Amino acid sequence: MRRISGFAIGHLAALPVLTFTLLVFAGSLAAGLLGALTGLGGGVVLVPLLTVVFHVDIRYAIGASLISVIATSSGAAAAYVREGFSSVRIGMFLEIATTIGAIFGAFLATRMPTRVLGITFGVVLLYSAWLSWRQTRFHESEAVRVSPWSDRLRLSGSYPDRSGGECSYKVDRISAGFATMFGAGTLSGLLGIGSGAVKVLAMDRIMRIPFKVSTTTSNFMIGVTAAASAGIYLHRGYVDPGLAFPVMLGVLAGSLLGAKLLVRAQVSLLRSIFTVVILALGVEMIVNGWVGRL
Amino acid sequence: MAHRLALDDQRMETIMGRLLQVGVLLASAVVLAGGFLYIRAHLGSIVNYRTFAGEPAALRSVRGLFRLLMTGDPAAVIQVGVILLIATPVARVVFAVVGFALERDKLYVAVSVTVLAVLMASLIYSI
Repeated sequence: MRRISGFAIGHLAALPVLTFTLLVFAGSLAAGLLGALTGLGGGVVLVPLLTVVFHVDIRYAIGASLISVIATSSGAAAAYVREGFSSVRIGMFLEIATTIGAIFGAFLATRMPTRVLGITFGVVLLYSAWLSWRQTRFHESEAVRVSPWSDRLRLSGSYPDRSGGECSYKVDRISAGFATMFGAGTLSGLLGIGSGAVKVLAMDRIMRIPFKVSTTTSNFMIGVTAAASAGIYLHRGYVDPGLAFPVMLGVLAGSLLGAKLLVRAQVSLLRSIFTVVILALGVEMIVNGWVGRL
Repeated sequence: MAHRLALDDQRMETIMGRLLQVGVLLASAVVLAGGFLYIRAHLGSIVNYRTFAGEPAALRSVRGLFRLLMTGDPAAVIQVGVILLIATPVARVVFAVVGFALERDKLYVAVSVTVLAVLMASLIYSI
């Protein structure tokens, strides 16, 4: 067995089952908590945590992460619905693109060398860090142009505004949004993440769907997207029961806890910490992938 | 009142949200039970996920899983929970097909059927 980074951390590769399970559960809980508090989702920090800290093969890490992504998306669903922002039509329409993308991504993942997977993941992490850094200053775009297909495809809708009335919206640049959603699905299937950031990007920035509608609809879509590639991973043997169970339960518990704490948390501080963490993990994954350590 | 019985998008989403929550709860319970059994059965062993071997064939197919479950294999119990979890969003899409049909929205029945077909294609391909 290769021991390249074999200091204290190297021992985490070989632990008794109970210790390993508890450590992975604690790590997943933290990942789910941070993911919920920052809105980036647990998967994006989970895979690097499992590969870099626990020395889990990236294929097992992706399999376990994908399962936890379905759990968090579904677990949080009712809370988002209560807000009344999400759009079942926009979600279902765009899921055509994300599910096809997810199958394509899972297909790619089983054929790509693990170091390429690692480097790709690292790049996505750096991009997420950058997005997270800029998050505080997103612009509320005025929808000037509207695609005529918005009404024809019945994507136009409304959501409750602060004064108790209804605020209606229309959707622009549908084909560009659809294409970006295919990309989000591919990333999700390839790397076992929810790729919520890309989904929100496609809806909020490209299709000019109101931010609240975009984020809540994205949460709904993540579970269906992940389900499209989960079967392939299960069949290929990427989902290990011993690893998947602490990861799934840990991330789920962490994200539910995070949703509860969100009201009181110092989100701006957390976001800064999170940004630094994923930046470091991103660099680590690219370096590890580059020298073939994954 | 008539409009309380009618299914609109808002009501549909509320039901979908509940459906997803119940699915996750059920799957988590099965995974948790399987997890306890798994730890108890493997208490003395050392884990190694460093090298990828892939799961044994029996854990990858529904038929093999069913056979293992009969012998009380803890890993199989966890995998059943995982399959329940994967089935949850699929059930949401099935419900969307029904919901849009009740709303008489042919376009979105077609949209949801397309999503369902993609999901089914991936599942059938993987069996």
